[in-house]
Amino acid sequence: MKFGVVRFPGSCDEVDALLACRRFGEAELLWHRDRDLRGVDAVVIPGGFSYGDYLRAGAIARFAPVMGSVVEFARDGGPVLGICNGFQVLCEAGLLPGALLPNRSLRFVCRQVEVVVENRDTPFTRACEQGERLSVPVKHQTGRYFAPGIAPEQVVLRYAPGQNPNGAQDDIAGVCGPEGNVVGLMPHPEHAVDPLTGSADGGRLFESVAMVAVA
Amino acid sequence: MRARVLIRPKEGILDPQGQAVEQALPALGFDGVRNVHVGRLVELDVDDLSLVPQMCERLLANPLIEDYEVVEA
Repeated sequence: MKFGVVRFPGSCDEVDALLACRRFGEAELLWHRDRDLRGVDAVVIPGGFSYGDYLRAGAIARFAPVMGSVVEFARDGGPVLGICNGFQVLCEAGLLPGALLPNRSLRFVCRQVEVVVENRDTPFTRACEQGERLSVPVKHQTGRYFAPGIAPEQVVLRYAPGQNPNGAQDDIAGVCGPEGNVVGLMPHPEHAVDPLTGSADGGRLFESVAMVAVA
Repeated sequence: MRARVLIRPKEGILDPQGQAVEQALPALGFDGVRNVHVGRLVELDVDDLSLVPQMCERLLANPLIEDYEVVEA
C-alpha cells in the first residue's frame, strides 16, 4: 500500500499527512508540477493555502499539472482524500459537489471537534462503525460547506450536534463524490493519529484505505 | 479593451462579511444603510470581450456561490 501526498506551493500539512500515511503503509510526496503519480494506491491532497488561496481557496491549485493526473486517477476509481484546503481543491476541480464559504463567524477556528461517521461505504471510512464519533481538530477560515441538493448518501461525516464550527449546511464535515472513492473533509485526521496529541481517531481514515488495499 | 468583472455572493447565500459591514456603518453614524454585500473586482485587458463570461464560469467566479457581471471599462 503506497500513499501519495501532493505538495503545492503553500501547502502546510503535507508532512503531517505523510507521517499519518506512513503509520499504515508507504508514502511519498508528489510535487504539484509532476504528472507522474508514481504508482501510488491512494492520493491525499493536504491542507494549507495552495497558491496563496488567491482568487478563492483551491481555485488555482486545480489547474496544477498533478491535478490532471489526480482527476484521471479518481475517474478510474482510485481513492482520493482531500483535507481542508485539499477539500476546497477537490470541490473546485469538480470531483466533489459543493463549495466552501467563509465561516459564519468570519473568524479562523482552531479547535478539537467530534464528527460522526454517516457513511462507511467509502475507502476512507470502511474501518469505522456507522455512527462512530471521531475526535479530530479543525483549523480553517473558509469551511462553511454549501451544496444545495446534495444526495444524503454523499454525506460522509457530520459535526456532532452543537459542534458545527463554521455554519456548514446540515452540519456537514465531509462528503464523497458520486462513486464514493473521492472524499473531502474540513477536519484534519492527519493531526490526530497519536494519543500524544490528544486523539488517534484520525488514523481510522488512513487505516481504512490501507485495509481496502490489502483486501 | 479593458473589462471589469464584478463578483458578488449569490443572492440568498449568507454573506457574513456584508453583514459585518452593514452593522459597522451605523456605529459610525451612517444610518439608512441596507443590503450590504462584499464581493471582488477583477480588472483585465482583453482582446475579445466576449470571452470574459467563459473566463468567469471557469475561473474568475464560482457560479455555485457567486454571481458575476462583466462591464466594459
